[in-house]
Amino acid sequence: MKMPVPDGGIIARRREIVEALRAIVPGEGVIVDENELRAYECDGLTAYRQLPMVAVLPSTVEQVSRILKTCKAMGVKVVPRGAGTSLSGGALPLADGVLLGMGKFKRIIEIDYANRCAVVQPGVTNLGISNAVAHEGFYYAPDPSSQIACTIGGNIAENSGGVHCLKYGLTTNNVLGLEMVLMDGTVLRLGGRHLDAGGYDLMGIVTGSEGLLGVVTEVTVRILKKPATARAVLLGFPTSEQGGDCVAAIIAAGIIPGGMEMMDRPAIHAAEAFVHAGYPLDVEALLIVELDGPAAEVDHLIERVEGIARDKGACYARVSTSEEERLAFWAGRKAAFPAVGRISPDYYCMDGTIPRKALPLVLQRMQEMSERCGLRVANVFHAGDGNLHPLILYDANKPGELEAAEAFGNDILRLCVEVGGVLTGEHGVGVEKRDLMTDQFDEADLQQQQRLKCAFDPDGLLNPGKVFPTLHRCAELGRLHVHQGELRFPDIPRF
Amino acid sequence: MTTTTLKPETAGQVTDAVRWALSAGEPLELVGAGSRRGLGRPVQAAHALDLSGLTGVVAYEPEELVLTALAGTPMAEIRALLAGRGQHLAFEPPDIETGTGGTLGGLVASGLAGPRRISAGSARDHTLGIAGVSGRGEAYKGGGKVVKNVTGYDLPKLMAGSFGTLTALTEITVKVLPAPEDTATLLLFGLDDPTAIDALGEALRSPYEVSGAAHLPAGIAARSGVPALARAGGAVTLVRLEGFGPSVAARVAMLRPELRADAVIGREESLAAWREVRDAAWFAGVGADGPLPNPPPPSSPSTASAGEGRGGGSGDGHLWKLSVPPAAGPATVAIIRRTLDVEVVYDWGGGLVWLAAPPDSGPAIRAALTVGGHATLVRAPEAARAAAEVFQPLPGPLMALSRRVKDSFDPNGILNPGRMYAGL
Ligand SMILES: Cc1cc2nc3c(=O)[nH]c(=O)nc-3n(C[C@H](O)[C@H](O)[C@H](O)COP(=O)(O)OP(=O)(O)OC[C@H]3O[C@@H](n4cnc5c(N)ncnc54)[C@H](O)[C@@H]3O)c2cc1C
Repeated sequence: MKMPVPDGGIIARRREIVEALRAIVPGEGVIVDENELRAYECDGLTAYRQLPMVAVLPSTVEQVSRILKTCKAMGVKVVPRGAGTSLSGGALPLADGVLLGMGKFKRIIEIDYANRCAVVQPGVTNLGISNAVAHEGFYYAPDPSSQIACTIGGNIAENSGGVHCLKYGLTTNNVLGLEMVLMDGTVLRLGGRHLDAGGYDLMGIVTGSEGLLGVVTEVTVRILKKPATARAVLLGFPTSEQGGDCVAAIIAAGIIPGGMEMMDRPAIHAAEAFVHAGYPLDVEALLIVELDGPAAEVDHLIERVEGIARDKGACYARVSTSEEERLAFWAGRKAAFPAVGRISPDYYCMDGTIPRKALPLVLQRMQEMSERCGLRVANVFHAGDGNLHPLILYDANKPGELEAAEAFGNDILRLCVEVGGVLTGEHGVGVEKRDLMTDQFDEADLQQQQRLKCAFDPDGLLNPGKVFPTLHRCAELGRLHVHQGELRFPDIPRF
Repeated sequence: MTTTTLKPETAGQVTDAVRWALSAGEPLELVGAGSRRGLGRPVQAAHALDLSGLTGVVAYEPEELVLTALAGTPMAEIRALLAGRGQHLAFEPPDIETGTGGTLGGLVASGLAGPRRISAGSARDHTLGIAGVSGRGEAYKGGGKVVKNVTGYDLPKLMAGSFGTLTALTEITVKVLPAPEDTATLLLFGLDDPTAIDALGEALRSPYEVSGAAHLPAGIAARSGVPALARAGGAVTLVRLEGFGPSVAARVAMLRPELRADAVIGREESLAAWREVRDAAWFAGVGADGPLPNPPPPSSPSTASAGEGRGGGSGDGHLWKLSVPPAAGPATVAIIRRTLDVEVVYDWGGGLVWLAAPPDSGPAIRAALTVGGHATLVRAPEAARAAAEVFQPLPGPLMALSRRVKDSFDPNGILNPGRMYAGL
């Protein structure tokens, strides 16, 4: 993975740039000390590390605006950062760039129960929002497994999901309003406490834009009342095909569960050894199906799901009978990443989405690849929406293993695209999947996306080197080739 | 002012048509079935690009919850196909202009949603993938064909509600969901607007997954084709519960006493009532140009409108749609009523206000949006739409960004110029 070649001219002006930042953010808000900068050298994709030229931690919107304006004037690149839990390297610093940490934006501005929304600063954690409204029985629905640590600003940038997003949506479906700052310092408000945009749905584009379009400085999210009850069923299957068939049959029966997760044998064993959730060890696929809503609905649907599972050949079924038991079912799944971390020195988490019907084929091909490259793989799977998380086990201390793991990962993602899916379901492209973008998109598709980037950031200074495999100048992208007279279409009917 | 119509039958021909327009410097007016032509500002173009020849469902996989169709596919065909498998488009697309529902492309381009917007989202939330031709004459695609995807910018969301000003859509993938097995609606009678919106807020803050929350003031309820509403003798407030039979029954039993609801209507009456709310059916005649495309529903003899202004309700009015913070709905209307004689209906728990107002009311309506939101002129004669700001005027920096976004897709202004904003 190559990052854009650092600009020696910019690095040579470091002192001047630091002074300009200090004039905006006084005192400890500007970090230049190498040891202190270490804290920012990578995000959750730890295989890639780079010290930023300087880090700045603003605490007001005005400071953010002045920082961006100043950096634009000086031609300096900026990388926004929330909690640094991105798994795709979205917050990876640049040697010739300013790292803009949003960690000081920690305030919950207002909770508006009348309009069922919360207005918060971007550095508030995902769980922090739910905690702030829990005493009234409310919560914020998208729940990434990193929710204790990750920020809502990062969630907006990545359009993060969670185990409940089949029923309750991703971040983008739960955001009502944003305040953001463009690279030229312009402060904009999109949306608010009302629904939909007056003009273009720019909030829809900014959400999931991986910090490339603007810096988010305030977020308004929808909050929901907690469902009255939730119960989970644990289902074991002798083959992953049967597990997949069961998922399809549940959906075909018109049931959209609150959560529907699948694990394969290696993931089940790792999780069970770690948290002793009581998972059966003699099955090839384990399904956790959670139903939530009024008790009458949950009871009705649990029965139907059990029936469907029996028809599809489940060899194990257990329904949670208490809240402790439900949480125990989830404990194994939620700890799947660290559990795999215990059985292998390192693991690499992938994130493709496939049409669910392709699951058996994808699992089989993955197994073949695993045998070929000699690296094990464990699978957890947001089964309802086809989002796969293969975890590739490797040892970074063994020469070549990291590269082999990455090559294996890339092959898995190419396979996801080949069967009609996509490179990433919730973790983002970042630097990790950047060079695979051409497998999913044609040149014309990528150029149109980059033209949109030019509308927000014409100099390409905000988080460059992420998402797009080739950087083009906006002037070059904007050039229009009109072939006078050459274009005729005699075959188009006219009326 | 259209003089010629180009009717391509393949995506490749759409590219040819846009390239021709680009080289000839001739803007195009994009039309699907033409059913929503009355939405937005009239486009000044000598040529129409009729996309209704691009028709057909490319793939429908109920278990994957996705459907891909060419953009000109009639909604009637899609609705029927989905209904056959017990599914639907959960955002409850309205049939505000015609009884046929137009085309899939037209629906997505106008970004509309019905009462279920509050729980299921809008067209933007269900548009997963697109293919189309930009105003640069380049065919491209965005998004994907699976329900969960964050690869690259979410272009499908930008297309939803862009009224064909960015791209001539040729193919669209939408998320489809199981249709609810059962439906019931709680009715509260005789509430004034603020009390009704408070009650709807209470319902929406309950854990019962309310999927519709509307308030019909007295004059409107009286014109309903649903007997339970028309005979209420005053205002009617509606709270919808949908889902599996036992669940609906349980939630009705719990929520009814909490809200002190006066009555409950079952599936058939509920469906009819919410169709009226979805299409703002009582306003079918308001702002229409010439003969009505969609006759108003049969109504009981229009009784006195209990002190409500009938202003825009009669012949020469215009129909507006306001999106505001839900709790602010009644206060917004109260401000508007200081200067205008209007008739209103509330949906989305108060967050959507349908408003029949006299001509030229835009500035007064928008001045009332004191806590945010936007107002769109959704039906008025062509001349009025040409003269008015149909969409909410945007603050300078946001307008400037919107122009740059338009330029990034359509630098020469070939596609639907002026449909949303003059010069855009
Ligand atoms: C153990 C673990 C489990 C995870 N589980 C999930 C999961 O279940 N689902 C899921 O979707 N993700 C998951 N993630 C990924 C990650 O937590 C999310 O992507 C999260 O949204 C990142 O938030 P952050 O605050 O850490 O952002 P960072 O990692 O700091 O940044 C992520 C991106 O956002 C940009 N950014 C951050 N703040 C702003 C801002 N204010 N304005 C503009 N751009 C900004 C950055 O430039 C970067 O591109 C997991 C990660 C870990 C480590």
